[in-house]
Amino acid sequence: MTPTESLSITLSVNGATVAREVPARLSLADFLREELRLTGTHLGCEHGVCGACTVLLDGEPVRACLMLAVQARGHSVTTVEGLTPAGGGLTPLQAAFQRHHAVQCGFCTPGMLMTATALLAGNPSPSAEQVRDALSGNICRCTGYVQIVEAVMDAAAGAEA
Amino acid sequence: MKAPPFAYAAPASIEGALALLAAHEDAKVLAGGQSLMPALNLRLAAPSVLVDINAIPELSEVSITPAGLRLGALVRHSRIGTNSAIAGAVPLLGLAYPHIAHGPVRTRGTIGGSLAHADPSAEWPAVCLASDAVMEVRGPGGGRDVPAEEFSLGIFTTAIEPGELLVAIRFPAWPASRRAGFAEVARRDGDFAMVGAAVTVDLGADGTCTDARIVLFGASSRPVRRREAEARLRGQVPGAALLREAASLAAQGIDPPSDLHASAEYRRRVAPVMVRRALADALSLPEARLAS
Ligand SMILES: Cc1cc2nc3c(=O)[nH]c(=O)nc-3n(C[C@H](O)[C@H](O)[C@H](O)COP(=O)(O)OP(=O)(O)OC[C@H]3O[C@@H](n4cnc5c(N)ncnc54)[C@H](O)[C@@H]3O)c2cc1C
Ligand code: FES
Ligand code: FES
Repeated sequence: MTPTESLSITLSVNGATVAREVPARLSLADFLREELRLTGTHLGCEHGVCGACTVLLDGEPVRACLMLAVQARGHSVTTVEGLTPAGGGLTPLQAAFQRHHAVQCGFCTPGMLMTATALLAGNPSPSAEQVRDALSGNICRCTGYVQIVEAVMDAAAGAEA
Repeated sequence: MKAPPFAYAAPASIEGALALLAAHEDAKVLAGGQSLMPALNLRLAAPSVLVDINAIPELSEVSITPAGLRLGALVRHSRIGTNSAIAGAVPLLGLAYPHIAHGPVRTRGTIGGSLAHADPSAEWPAVCLASDAVMEVRGPGGGRDVPAEEFSLGIFTTAIEPGELLVAIRFPAWPASRRAGFAEVARRDGDFAMVGAAVTVDLGADGTCTDARIVLFGASSRPVRRREAEARLRGQVPGAALLREAASLAAQGIDPPSDLHASAEYRRRVAPVMVRRALADALSLPEARLAS
């Protein structure tokens, strides 16, 4: 096996199959943003600390800035664009973010939504403490977090009813 | 920033990975990428070749036998924390897990990567030291076992030689009479510890301590056993006063670093508190958590 600086990859992004030739050093985040123009995945720190780039890999939250695009080969990636329901509009979680003013500048929002989506998929009725714990790796410089936690709790309660 | 250019290969076997490491002198192993990718993005590392070990199924194997627990080096943090059989086999793993990073980092990060990276404030190396774990390291000349005590050598330095791969971590069977405790202080939940303690205490039928392990981490360049404090507990029936004494012994003579997160003085003050709390929790003596 000879290491190469560029590789062909095929993966699924938001349900569609994508095939590309990419440089080995390209991060998954840059692949999504620059190659696929899915700019909803934001880059704050590029070293794993802020959470803005969080996407789902086979349903699990990961930092897109800390994965290489080539490592997503054969996997299924979901970005914030992929949350949009079939007929358009917002998911209940996104609608709850809007209702609760859980978005100010919006920079952290995609990462918050992806992390909270993964939380609710595994635990449909979390406690406020579990929500805070799940979101503890996502930094928001605007809201003070209170409305974000409320929005996630509201979306969870709505799903139960 | 963006990672510098490198060539990449993802071999499907341990032999394939070792061959690549042998062929490329400055090659680096890529496991979960949760420490290496930040280093690449910040240009603190610029290897010419990355050997991605994520396609080697053998490295993700978990086995639990009467001899103990064996975790492949690529077992992810999240699997350790959410698989009750793993935490059942080595309870300290379960106690330490909630302190390690955040969900999306735990999804990818691996126990082998954490051990190989050897951050002095990392939880897994301390847990391995307190549990008498043994690291299975493989190189071109074959395999060797390295006890935890000889594995972490200093900041970001381990016994892994160039060309070698950490393949698994073996934990000896956990005796029914063994109690465990874990405590750390960090700026935020999920951040690296400023100081922490991982302890085990073995109790005889009459409540006498027959053996103990007290490990401090974040207090020096690598996790360390505090043998004088351990000896203080042995042969005694532990109570609050004895735990306080052992805790101050454990922190005696440490020479912690000063950095952005905490001063050496702060770490010196907090170290005995972490040991006391870990021991108090291990022995279910809540009154011993208090200073006096
Ligand atoms: C925001 C954030 C917070 C974090 N908080 C914590 C925390 O609180 N506590 C904590 O312990 N960690 C924390 N981490 C680090 C995390 O646990 C990493 O997963 C871990 O340190 C490295 O594991 P990895 O599998 O990601 O290794 P990688 O990043 O892939 O590799 C790390 C190093 O180890 C080498 N290596 C990896 N595997 C092997 C192997 N099998 N054989 C030989 N060499 C190998 C690599 O070459 C590299 O030098 C945090 C990380 C981030 C981004
Ligand atoms: S950009 Fe990935 S965590 Fe900040
Ligand atoms: S809304 Fe601005 S960073 Fe969160």
